[in-house]
Amino acid sequence: MFDRRLIENFDWGFMAVIFLICATGLTVLYSAVTAGFDGAGAHVLFKKQGIWMGAGFGIMIGCLVIDFRELDKLHLFIYTLCVGLLVSTYLFGQMGGGSQRWLVLGPIRMQPSELMKISLIISLASVYSDNVTLEGLGFRNLIKPAILCLIPFGLIVNQPDLGTGLLLLLIAASITLFVKVEKRVFFTLSGVALSIVPLVWFFGLKEYQKGRILTFLDPDRDPLGAGYHIIQSKIAIGSGMITGKGFLEGTQNALNFLPEQHTDFILSVLAEEWGLVGCGVLLVLYFILLFWGLNIAYNCRNMFGSLLAFGITTMIFWQIFINIGMVMGLMPVVGVPLPLISYGGSSVVTNMVGFGILLNISMRKFTSS
Amino acid sequence: MGVVNKNPDRDWIKQRLIGASLCIIFVFSLLFLRLMYLQLIKGEEYRRLSKTNCVRLKSIKSSRGLIYDRNDSLLVDNRPAFDLTIVLEDANPLKETVSRLAMLIDEPYADLMESIEKAGRSAFYKPLTLKKDITRDQLAIVEAHQFDLPGIYIDIEPTRHYIHKKTAAHLLGYLGQINKKELESGQYPNVRTGDSIGRYGVEKSFEPFLQGKRGGRQVEVDVNGRVIKVLKTVEPVSGKDLSLTLDLKLQQRAEELLIGQDGAVVAIDPSNGDVLVMASTPSFDQNDFIGGISSKKWRALMDDPGRPMNNKAIQAEYPPASTYKIITALAGLEEKVIDRHSTFFCPGFYKFGNRRYQCWSRHGHGEVDVVDAMAQSCDVFFYQTGEKLGVDTLAQYANGSGLGRLTGIRLAHERDGLIPTAIWKKNRFKEAWQAGETLSISIGQGFNLVTPLQMAVFIGAVGNNGTLYKPRIVKSVRDDKGQVVKAVEPEIIGGLPASEENLSLVKKGLLKVVHGERGTARRIRLPKVEIAGKTGTAQVFSRKAGEKFDNEKLARTLQDHAWFVCYAPAQNPKIAISVIIEHGEHGSSAAAPVASELIKTYLGEPAVDVAVLPEPDPEQE
Repeated sequence: MFDRRLIENFDWGFMAVIFLICATGLTVLYSAVTAGFDGAGAHVLFKKQGIWMGAGFGIMIGCLVIDFRELDKLHLFIYTLCVGLLVSTYLFGQMGGGSQRWLVLGPIRMQPSELMKISLIISLASVYSDNVTLEGLGFRNLIKPAILCLIPFGLIVNQPDLGTGLLLLLIAASITLFVKVEKRVFFTLSGVALSIVPLVWFFGLKEYQKGRILTFLDPDRDPLGAGYHIIQSKIAIGSGMITGKGFLEGTQNALNFLPEQHTDFILSVLAEEWGLVGCGVLLVLYFILLFWGLNIAYNCRNMFGSLLAFGITTMIFWQIFINIGMVMGLMPVVGVPLPLISYGGSSVVTNMVGFGILLNISMRKFTSS
Repeated sequence: MGVVNKNPDRDWIKQRLIGASLCIIFVFSLLFLRLMYLQLIKGEEYRRLSKTNCVRLKSIKSSRGLIYDRNDSLLVDNRPAFDLTIVLEDANPLKETVSRLAMLIDEPYADLMESIEKAGRSAFYKPLTLKKDITRDQLAIVEAHQFDLPGIYIDIEPTRHYIHKKTAAHLLGYLGQINKKELESGQYPNVRTGDSIGRYGVEKSFEPFLQGKRGGRQVEVDVNGRVIKVLKTVEPVSGKDLSLTLDLKLQQRAEELLIGQDGAVVAIDPSNGDVLVMASTPSFDQNDFIGGISSKKWRALMDDPGRPMNNKAIQAEYPPASTYKIITALAGLEEKVIDRHSTFFCPGFYKFGNRRYQCWSRHGHGEVDVVDAMAQSCDVFFYQTGEKLGVDTLAQYANGSGLGRLTGIRLAHERDGLIPTAIWKKNRFKEAWQAGETLSISIGQGFNLVTPLQMAVFIGAVGNNGTLYKPRIVKSVRDDKGQVVKAVEPEIIGGLPASEENLSLVKKGLLKVVHGERGTARRIRLPKVEIAGKTGTAQVFSRKAGEKFDNEKLARTLQDHAWFVCYAPAQNPKIAISVIIEHGEHGSSAAAPVASELIKTYLGEPAVDVAVLPEPDPEQE
């Protein structure tokens, strides 16, 4: 099944971009952890991330073995499995930072909500590829996708992990709009959404829940928590100026001012030490990555493949936008990691699986029927 | 299966992708512009801010709720404690500063350095606590030398203060530092490392109310760490205050009466279950626990044979002894194995099988009915009643009376005692129940175990004609403006399994315990208040029939426990009391006087109009 044509079609350029981003990520992570942790702890985190990335590349290559069109047939099975994992997290999951989002399987601690993103993209691509028309989708075409989307959304928001839950909705909405909906559907749904929001706000939410959402939208409401983090993050980024303070020279970082500096706020470490130049390079790399993804979607001769490629590209896009926007004070403070840069195994593996699927589609673009 | 190419129109997909690309380009431009704004336009300013690391958080501690007694006397409040802190970044040169400080306040240099080294370098800009709760003298010295001590600050920390040392220590409880596991549990969202939470007593069980919510300030500081601008402030929220049902004066009187004894006193209001007194001796000083108790003091408390850390009112289990005869009498009357006219003859012992079961009075009580048997605590009467009832029926009545189960008081570590049944013994010892054991049970010896609180709730229910109230320790929770945010209502947990008629017969006996001529507690009579009660003497180890000990020579730890349970005034009780004195010998001599003194304190001298009380029974011995 692995004929030579596939290897000839392997997308080395895309692989190279991923590799460069990973290298950037490890470099920045090294800065972040050497400053923030005691000697031994730093090396453990750095090593762990290196191992996850190595494993990620392995998994990515593993994703090439099966023809991506098999996923079209298997989508419900994968979806059920992922929802099952989310339910197990609800039942037996481990608490961490006030929410229950980790599942412990032997030596591995995983976040099923991460895998759920890929699974939902596969399912939506599969369902929509059967329904796509030039006029757009009608109400009836949207029932099944809505159900597919709301089950994991409810489970994830319940953890509570508002960030990942919203990310899931954003991805689903992007794919749906990409496939195109009928005009009346679009306006009706927008109208319904706009009228539900105030209803829920005034009648459905308790005072503390409102407070949490307001803080999420406006970090300044919480000057001792999120608001303080954003200020410190802006100071770190701004103080990097054009060329940065230099590798391992960041002071904000070194003084442990920043929360989550090795996970969600890692961009501020890059910005402080490498300045506008470093951030620009990373943005360019991400930009290339996203356009490469869209190109794969374009070149695929199979609607399922195109939608799948588009969905995965969207997933990466939203993570980049939300994370960088948050760190720079443009977006609400949500726990969304920066792809391949933030520390975290589940995130690395999920993104690598996504890239594996993209490579898979790219390799087999001509073998389509 | 033939995959249909659903993508006939590549132009269509191209169109859609161009739209998506535009979105990406737009967003990336936005992000890049924002980067330029932060790093180019505002870059200089942020670089300056980052050099002095001058935006810092200063936390404002919230104060913990206060605790009052039922008459609004303050029991627990917060006092300011002065903590010595250091900000490493500002303390230059470090070693010189610390050694100067050590000299000035006369503390070992090494101790101060140790607390710095423990924190590691990650806390470079954060204030580290060098020494907690320094004395006023030390405070004055540090303030006077402020300019020679860069980076050294005084932090005023509200600290728990138990106003009446050792009073109601077990009920009020104490605080302890939160540990890592509790912090990670997510149950204490407002608590941080180094903060204290309730560890025992009311402090523990009402933690969610007492705990406040910390506030803080975002401040800008200058190079010397002095605040030059307050950027934002979040006000702290104080904890809620508690009004206890406890009566401070009565509690103090009880503790006074227990001085030198190991034991417990519980007094409740029989009309609603309010706990007026909960004393357990020996006690401990809760103030010792603030900021962590020293291991020496802890060891001393743990090694004390009087078990000061044990709340004997709810955690200690004792054989109920003769106080249990109230249950036996009620059960006998209800099951109709005896009635108001039944009498037994007591020659001083009861022969059962080939064994003689002694009555406490070797001379015997002669012919006694249930009322006199109660008044004189005749064992022989109750042996025979119990024998007719059997162990399981007795257990049923004991359980119905609230024994052998938790009262549900809102305190941790309450014990439920033990009311044995035949099945229990079979499971526990793999042995069948012996009929002779029933005799011991019916006078409250043997396997039976109760807590002083259970007995107080029970005797209160006898006094109020049958209602078992859940002991209430907190009346209301109030906010700092005095508004009641939560009122705790009295709660009924059951009713005595006895008719009013039988209950009044038993109560007649209880009244005679104190007011009858031959009543076992006749010596505690008060001139103006009628007391109804029951004495008990719990054997710590069993003595063989006929064997006699000279108690003076007996080791103290082998001496009997003294019980007294009572309520007063007998006709319309306002207080129900249970007293246990460990190794106090006789209920009548050691425990009953304590109760009588408390009644005097609580009801005052001429509280009840005695004239309306019925004349004493002329037939009384």
